[in-house]
Amino acid sequence: MEESDEAAITLALAGDGDGFRILVERYSRGVFRLACRMTGNEFDSEDVVQETFLRAHRQLTSYESRSSFSTWLYRIAANYSLDLLRSRRRHEDRHTSTTVEGVDVLDNISTPAPGQDRMYFSAQIKEKLESALGELSDQERTAFTLRHFEGMSIEEIGEVLTIGTSATKNSIFRAVRKLRDALQPLTA
Amino acid sequence: MTEHIPEEQLILHYYGELPESPAIDDHIGSCPQCRGEYHALQRVLNSVDSAPVPSRSADYGQQVWSRVSSKLPGARRKWFAFSQRWVAIAAMAGLVVCAFLAGRYSPHSSDTAPVATAAGSTQVRDGILLVSVRDHLERSQVVLRELANSSETAMDITPERTMAGSLVEANRLYRQTAAATGEASVVNILDDLERVLLEISNSPDNISAAQLAELRNRIEAQGLLFKVQIIGSKLRDRVSMPPAPLTKTKL
Repeated sequence: MEESDEAAITLALAGDGDGFRILVERYSRGVFRLACRMTGNEFDSEDVVQETFLRAHRQLTSYESRSSFSTWLYRIAANYSLDLLRSRRRHEDRHTSTTVEGVDVLDNISTPAPGQDRMYFSAQIKEKLESALGELSDQERTAFTLRHFEGMSIEEIGEVLTIGTSATKNSIFRAVRKLRDALQPLTA
Repeated sequence: MTEHIPEEQLILHYYGELPESPAIDDHIGSCPQCRGEYHALQRVLNSVDSAPVPSRSADYGQQVWSRVSSKLPGARRKWFAFSQRWVAIAAMAGLVVCAFLAGRYSPHSSDTAPVATAAGSTQVRDGILLVSVRDHLERSQVVLRELANSSETAMDITPERTMAGSLVEANRLYRQTAAATGEASVVNILDDLERVLLEISNSPDNISAAQLAELRNRIEAQGLLFKVQIIGSKLRDRVSMPPAPLTKTKL
């Protein structure tokens, strides 16, 4: 019989490694999907998956069952994805300013275009979508992803983003508006 | 309801966030303009669902557990000899990362630190990093060569998968260090390498001819083996050279 999340958490808190293993095996794919949608990058998503479970393990004693375990876990994943997006942006800024020194042998070897990373968007609409998602602010992207793909409530999303209900709604409205601008001509 | 429904209300309605949904449904049913607007919104949001995410094999959860469990304090661990070896390598990589970052960002005051000492510590630090990355690339080459040169049509890649999974950990540490320090060429090669290692480690143990061909294509299309060989060779040369007067050099 499959252990419930609560039973697995109880086992994990009692120091039985199998309890946490059940949770990791059960939710890895879900966390990975969320991370992909948040970061738009498959490889960052692997970082997110690993770090999410490490953080969840550290914070497990603070988990309260008023929200489901998956919501609690996805909140950790969303927060870490946000951290990653911000640090990536900082790195890109710094990287732009530091790569001008010197020419390297590798510069003469062709490297795949960044677009090739996004192997899951091949059709026109998928490209447009990726581009439109990239145009969203971190807050808009997070709010939209959690609402649209994960089905979190406005209140839960507000908790993740540490903003109020109105601000959360406005983030979702702005995100949807931007997506409509980009995609509506194709879907009409 | 006589006025048209604002877009915000339609969005909340789509997500089931409105308590007065039946009234809105009635209005949409009777108002062509709002119905058109709502259908347009639905088409856009439904199209968002069509964006797939990269797939992961059925045993992905177990793979994640094998990576995560080794990092949990007090977790029950079942180590095999080979994984101990690779964890040691990852730990070594971590040490190198720390040494490298510490050296890179430590303030060097010309008033208090003799130039020779600073140069010496930089040489030691760079030397450790060079050796570690060189060894990492050599290990990676073994995996890549095994797959790229295989003449089989389908094969059991369990050893390569296991090795690739272990190398991903160390690779990530090196890549993050390189990214943090602006080493663009190292980031590029490790980025390319990580993608392929990840793909190998996420493959099933027994792969079909088509899957093997796809892996080979990934390795060949990116010229990865060639790049890894070039960088490995450059690093070998540098490691075997006598210490040169140090300036800031790139790998």
